[in-house]
Amino acid sequence: MLYQDALRLLPELFLAGSIIVLLMYGVFSGDSKTRSVVILSFATIVAAAVLVWRMPGGEGVAFAEQFQSDTFTRYAKILVLIGAGSCMIMSMRYIERANMARFEFPILFLFATLGMMMMISANDLMSLYMGLELQSLALYVVAAFRRDTLRSTEAGLKYFVLGALSSGMLLYGISLVYGFVGTTGFDQLNQVIAGLRGEGQPLPVGLVIGLVFVAAGLAFKVSAVPFHMWTPDVYEGAPTIVTAFFATAPKIAALALFVRVMSEPFAALTDQWQQILVFVALASMILGAFAALSQSNIKRLMAYSSIGHVGYALVGLAAGTQTGVEAVLVYMAIYLIMNIGTFACILCMRREGRMVEAISDLAGLSKSQPMMALALCIFMFSMAGIPPLLGFWGKWYVFAAALDAGLTWLVIIGVLASVVGAFYYIRIIKIMYFDEAAEPFDKDTGAETGFVIGLSAIAVVGLFVFLAPLENAAKLAASAVFGG
Amino acid sequence: METAIVFLPLFGAIIAGLFGRKIGDRGSQFVTAGSLVVSAVLSWIVFLSFAGAHDQPNQSTTIHLLSWIASGDFQLDWALRIDTLTAVMLVVVTTVSAVVHIYSVGYMEDDPSKPRFMAYLSLFTFAMLMLVTADNLVQMFFGWEGVGLCSYLLIGFWYHKPEANAAAMKAFIVNRVGDFGFALGIFGCFFLFGTVSFDGIFAAAPNFSDATLLFLGTEWHAPTIICILLFIGAMGKSAQIGLHTWLPDAMEGPTPVSALIHAATMVTAGVFMVARLSPLFELSDTALTLVTYVGGMTAIFAATIGLTQFDIKRVIAYSTCSQLGYMFFALGVGAYGAGIFHLMTHAFFKALLFLGAGCVIHAMHHEQDMRKMGGIWKKIPMTYALMWIGSLALAGIPPFAGYFSKDIVLEAAYAAHSGAGNFAFAMGIAAAFLTAFYSWRLLLMTFHGETRADMHTFDHAHEAPKVMMLPLIVLALGAIGSGYIAYEWFVGHDRFMFWGASIVQSADDIIEHAHHVPLWVKYLPLAVGLAGIAMAYVCYLLIPSIPGVIVKTFKEFHAFLFNKWYFDELYDLIFVRPAKWLGHVFWKRGDGDIIDRFGPDGVSSLAAKIGRRASALQSGYVYHYAFAMMIGVVALITWYFLGHSV
Repeated sequence: MLYQDALRLLPELFLAGSIIVLLMYGVFSGDSKTRSVVILSFATIVAAAVLVWRMPGGEGVAFAEQFQSDTFTRYAKILVLIGAGSCMIMSMRYIERANMARFEFPILFLFATLGMMMMISANDLMSLYMGLELQSLALYVVAAFRRDTLRSTEAGLKYFVLGALSSGMLLYGISLVYGFVGTTGFDQLNQVIAGLRGEGQPLPVGLVIGLVFVAAGLAFKVSAVPFHMWTPDVYEGAPTIVTAFFATAPKIAALALFVRVMSEPFAALTDQWQQILVFVALASMILGAFAALSQSNIKRLMAYSSIGHVGYALVGLAAGTQTGVEAVLVYMAIYLIMNIGTFACILCMRREGRMVEAISDLAGLSKSQPMMALALCIFMFSMAGIPPLLGFWGKWYVFAAALDAGLTWLVIIGVLASVVGAFYYIRIIKIMYFDEAAEPFDKDTGAETGFVIGLSAIAVVGLFVFLAPLENAAKLAASAVFGG
Repeated sequence: METAIVFLPLFGAIIAGLFGRKIGDRGSQFVTAGSLVVSAVLSWIVFLSFAGAHDQPNQSTTIHLLSWIASGDFQLDWALRIDTLTAVMLVVVTTVSAVVHIYSVGYMEDDPSKPRFMAYLSLFTFAMLMLVTADNLVQMFFGWEGVGLCSYLLIGFWYHKPEANAAAMKAFIVNRVGDFGFALGIFGCFFLFGTVSFDGIFAAAPNFSDATLLFLGTEWHAPTIICILLFIGAMGKSAQIGLHTWLPDAMEGPTPVSALIHAATMVTAGVFMVARLSPLFELSDTALTLVTYVGGMTAIFAATIGLTQFDIKRVIAYSTCSQLGYMFFALGVGAYGAGIFHLMTHAFFKALLFLGAGCVIHAMHHEQDMRKMGGIWKKIPMTYALMWIGSLALAGIPPFAGYFSKDIVLEAAYAAHSGAGNFAFAMGIAAAFLTAFYSWRLLLMTFHGETRADMHTFDHAHEAPKVMMLPLIVLALGAIGSGYIAYEWFVGHDRFMFWGASIVQSADDIIEHAHHVPLWVKYLPLAVGLAGIAMAYVCYLLIPSIPGVIVKTFKEFHAFLFNKWYFDELYDLIFVRPAKWLGHVFWKRGDGDIIDRFGPDGVSSLAAKIGRRASALQSGYVYHYAFAMMIGVVALITWYFLGHSV
């Protein structure tokens, strides 16, 4: 029994064990060995991804139904590990150049990754909270990793304070749910609530309030409006590699968690939370589109961009159907690829050893670094949703799912918001290609980053041909949530 | 062989156009002119096989190239229709084109973009050949638009000259009016007959002689409507009165272009089209009457303007316009053979005149104003002689070509014995007088009298090189002999054998009657022609003060003619200015003040404003953020309770 449980949780256990070993290695060899710690961490992530892929324990629950392993968790974890792995490999040179090459950095990344995997696998509100906090605590620290700079520490502190507030809300919501339903397990919650509804009894008020609080806590993690306020400040203040990490892996994990919690334990309350989701999605899309218009810092711009993208993804969830969840999953994958590529480009924005972050610094990039400009151009067009690039298909799936669910107005506003959003994405292209050239960037960015850029660009351009496998994987994953 | 005739020029155009830089100026001249010469020789072989027929009437053959459109009932092929009419046009087009190609080698010697010029010329020739060999209306329209395009490109060949650009655009736009009619005519044909192929239309036409079309709530005689629409197309391309304004301006193009396109070939496309569709036009007396009137009007109207112009090329251009009028009224009275006959002879002598004028311009260092010429006949005797030949042919003096064709045209008009025919005859006689007059006015002003050119230009006036003179001699042979030689084939005893079924004719038709008109009718054109020449001698050589006196005495009338009957001004007033005004209103008021203001501009400034507001929310204070989160939760819960009464 224990063996079976351990097998189901093998990737997490492996990761946890590796972290301990790497931590020891770091402690004993000091900061001079940071590079090897990074490389080993990367290897650990790759190995964990293989374990996730193979699913040695098969599907099912583990450890007193605290955790579960199925196609959905596999799909989400693979995405998270891709995001984490890419950031890890790109961080290798970055942290050296930014004078933050301490061995704790990759370790903290790994801890955060472990937390994400645990929360994706959570099958109980308690384990959910545990995973979430493990992730968050690690992220608070990396946000403030450059503790000698004001901006980084400010970002870390803000994130911590607001994160703590949201955790409080989440916990409060969980306690309300427990108080009115009497259980925290996902399966039992589902059964009890379904039973309540089946008997036609009025819903306990506390349950619904608890649901709102839980949703608010999760919305904070995915940075959906109106719980997004931390995002621009933290994205701008944190070291760029950390921002890249924030924008990819944790966001995927939180979105997956959001999907899971809403569609599994609270599946019977779909009609209740749908309204919340519609509002949150709508507000995120609109704010993400409009607020980005007047940004001059590219990291801040990407923050609003990610708020907008979360809005689109939540449109799929708001549909409350299996196709909706499928669409969210496809969207997550596409979002991940585009964001990794874009942040890889942003990581290359250095002049004379210093990071530059203004959008206007990209001027004339098409002349000094045509390949990078082309790649960034591809990412921007994709984010703007220009067919046939990948970003278009992401939006296509969520909007199609929402239309099926009858959310016509939501879709119309979403399309309009994406028109507004297209402006600032395409403005970047205009600046790169048509503006007076600024000084060229440093070119010693390292092969890993270039590799990541190239791979993502190829994926964004070419993958629409292979959308079917992605769609099938998402379908398989979604069926796990809907008890297919 | 026929396929080679049509596609050799295209081959030349592609080679010179795309690889002109690789093969150089000489190379592209060689390729284009060479392929045209081959094409011309082949055309002559085809023509002679038709001309030699004595036993039975010539038949038409169709060479199927490709299937083009097959959509439901609508079947369309690329096919070459070869009959006598086509063969005549092939000879005219390829011969003049080949001559002009060779001539251009000399004329464009100093031009930097020779390959482009040669490519355009060849492309034009291809389009024109496509037009004359068309097997159906749509293919004809393809050629029709192709020649229009090349005409546009060649008029605007010197694109650095603003006048050339304006003239090119004018030609294109005015032709568009005609093309609109043509296109509607094609639609009408398909609507009525269910086919656009000539064979199909001609076969079906007799059954529809009384068909009607419902248009604007009224029943109209269908063939009349269709023929008038098609004729509007012909009017545009052939510069008939009303749609003629582009032709004089088109003289901004290089002179070889004027000779090829705006004298010999493209402008006669309308004549060709009416002749080609003669079985259709025969169904509508109204349409034919209209053709006759328009032709007669154009003949006299253009001739009167020609009297007053000073630009040597413009005089010839108006003369072309006038001669096209002759062709049209010949068609209008049913003398299709006569119309094509005049087309053919005119092509030779008018191209000769244009190229001769080109030699003069070449000699005078690109001076085109006749007031700055004079007395140069001794300097360029060869050109002078050739211009004489061309003018004699144009004025209709025997035995030059124009005499035969113009006479039969006028005789046919007289023989029609209809109101329109008499009108056309009267106008034609008057125009013949004026034609002779202005032709000799041109000759005398250019070559005789005291020179009015500056001394430098005069001293350096010289004969053009051989490469320019030889082509002129070829054309001169045509201008001298073509009328006499071809008379029997086109309008004489052999005409039934010669034309076969390619145009409508019968044993009792108008041409037959034309041969039996009173003697005075036969001699009148010649008489007025000689009178016109004599008159010109009096006015411009013997007593040079007369023109001045006449201009002073009839000041208003002269101004009316000199300003080309104020057509341009009238069109400016009726069409151009209101259109510009309307455009301005739509642009400034409609687009700028309404659509832009509330549309793109308004939305984008609103978006920017919202954007600033939204990012201003980001105060940077943690307690603001926390407050926003709390408000969010409270609002969501409140909204929930408002929405669901639990």
